Amino acid sequence: MTTFALFPSNPPPELVRFLDLEGHPWKAVDEATKVIGAKEIETEWSGAIVDVNNDAESAWKFCRDLRSGDVIVEPLLVLIGGGQLDELTSRGDLFDDFIITPFHPQELSARIQHLLWRVGKGVRPELISYGQLSLNIENYQAEIGGRHLDLTFMEYELLRFLAESPGQVFTREVLLSQVWGYEYFGGARTVDVHIRRLRAKMGEEHASMISTVRGVGYKLGQSRRNS
Amino acid sequence: MDEVQREQEYVLRSVEERNVKLIRLWFTDVVGQLKSVAISPVELETAFSEGIHFDGSAIDGFSRIQESDVLAKPDPSTFELLPWTDSGTTARMFCDIHLPGGEPFEGDPRNVLRRNLRSAHDRGLDFMVAPEMEFFYFADGDPSKPPTPLDSGSYFDLTTSDVASDLRRRTLSVLEAMGIPIEYSFHEDAPSQHEIDLRYTDALTMADQIMTFRLVVRELAMEQGRFASFMPKPIEGLQGSGMHLHLSLFDEIGNTFHPSDGAGPQELSPTGQKFMAGLLHHAREITAVTNQLVNSYKRLVVGYEAPAWVSWARNNRSALIRVPVTKPEKTSSTRIEFRSPDPACNPYLAFAVILAAGQAGIDGDYELPAETAQNLFEMTVEEAESMGVKPLPRSLAEALDEMENSKLVFDALGEHIFEWFMRNKRAEWSSYKLHVSRWEMERYLPSW
Repeated sequence: MTTFALFPSNPPPELVRFLDLEGHPWKAVDEATKVIGAKEIETEWSGAIVDVNNDAESAWKFCRDLRSGDVIVEPLLVLIGGGQLDELTSRGDLFDDFIITPFHPQELSARIQHLLWRVGKGVRPELISYGQLSLNIENYQAEIGGRHLDLTFMEYELLRFLAESPGQVFTREVLLSQVWGYEYFGGARTVDVHIRRLRAKMGEEHASMISTVRGVGYKLGQSRRNS
Repeated sequence: MDEVQREQEYVLRSVEERNVKLIRLWFTDVVGQLKSVAISPVELETAFSEGIHFDGSAIDGFSRIQESDVLAKPDPSTFELLPWTDSGTTARMFCDIHLPGGEPFEGDPRNVLRRNLRSAHDRGLDFMVAPEMEFFYFADGDPSKPPTPLDSGSYFDLTTSDVASDLRRRTLSVLEAMGIPIEYSFHEDAPSQHEIDLRYTDALTMADQIMTFRLVVRELAMEQGRFASFMPKPIEGLQGSGMHLHLSLFDEIGNTFHPSDGAGPQELSPTGQKFMAGLLHHAREITAVTNQLVNSYKRLVVGYEAPAWVSWARNNRSALIRVPVTKPEKTSSTRIEFRSPDPACNPYLAFAVILAAGQAGIDGDYELPAETAQNLFEMTVEEAESMGVKPLPRSLAEALDEMENSKLVFDALGEHIFEWFMRNKRAEWSSYKLHVSRWEMERYLPSW
């Protein structure tokens, strides 16, 4: 089980209570070397949660030290009072997300889950969504604009693969090997044929969600990072 | 879990989530009629693992007495909800038919096509097909009355308000919802004749799609109290319904019909030319399969935009095979258009013999005959024959004679289907010969 590093060494009781209830192991530290120092090299960190409410200056120093170390500890989540928000300006590189205190446990839970997933540590969410499209991984169901999208297995797998990385362009070869990977009749055209079928099922108003990148391949939507 | 198990799991899960009440297991008999066995969701797991037993001899053309017990095994990759059924709680899957021992049943047309496609696939070639489906809407389906067309529109007419257009629009949306993408749809030449062109896909999926298409068109028409028919020549004096097929072969890199040297927009690669040569060479032998009804040969006559001669051309719609104009940068759309088949054929068997004919051309290094640029519609029989152009079979009987001596068709269909098909179609022709037609009565009764 991986552990969250908490700063300061006497973390807010409501944070501790929250982490215990959610089953996240944690360890409170007073300086960055306790996280990324030589002695700590064996510890697997889930990330760090830093409270900047009391001693903002040393909290930001902690963040900076953590970020400049050789070992990458992410995500880094900052707890911040509503009156301190201007401190975030120009410190964008020091944290991955922030939450205003007092926090709502559900909001914190959602943020942590999302952050973990984004850095590839979390349990994959049950739902992949992009715009009006959502795919439930658990029960294989797909919806678009609030209506069911009835797909065959391969159509579903192709759509899921594309929706997992919005904006990323995949070549036909990559899609064939990643999504199919077994015998199919259709050679190089298999992908094109399935994309057309998907677009037909998505309907005219949503068909453009999957775009053709001439001479390269296909992508779904736009990257969230660039937009 | 292997791929098939994952697909089965997906289907089981979807049935549960979408509250599917009935699963129709579809298969096709030798003449291309759709057959269906309905099962409930609780039987689905068994259907996947063991198959559903049925008596093959009960179904026309399916099985001889000694091997009457066969198994239908659903293909999970074909699972689709039928969106027009009562709030979409019915789904379908196509089946492969097996013998009790587990081996594929050679009387199953889907298996015949799969076997032919696999042998091409093993040589690195995949057969892609896009059909133009033509059909008529009629006011009702009572065969005792003369057929009444639903509208009097003509080619490309935008008939916005008529029943037929509404019907066609609803049909298109159902087809698209079932993952059958449409290329074009329009009103054809004759009153109430419509055409819907499907986008190309691999031949097995396309044969499944054509079976689905015919059912959807007919069921939706029936829902409105109307009648749709794929009969090749339903009305004397009007053009018939064809199923032009756009054909190409793809390998791992791309379209093998596309010339590599950047030739003109209607040029084919050597592979494409040989495929076309094979199809021309064997055209007469395979016609009984691509045009299997007595009535089919009333469409294949001069004067109604259907081919009657074995020929090819670039810009000549009277030819049997045409090489359509494509955009030079769209290498995937280089193809040939085979214009004799009609929509009443068994698509599985038709695709199997077409592929076999084309492949024979590639394997045997056939030379492509010269293009026939003249309009064959305007030529007399003598003129055409003097140019060395052969006619397509003029009747089902002639087509069957050609097929009977064809090793190519025998190998492609396999002994079981070949024999059954010949027997069944000879019987159809004999029965037709006994019929005294209205034409005979009108012409002969008064004067003799």
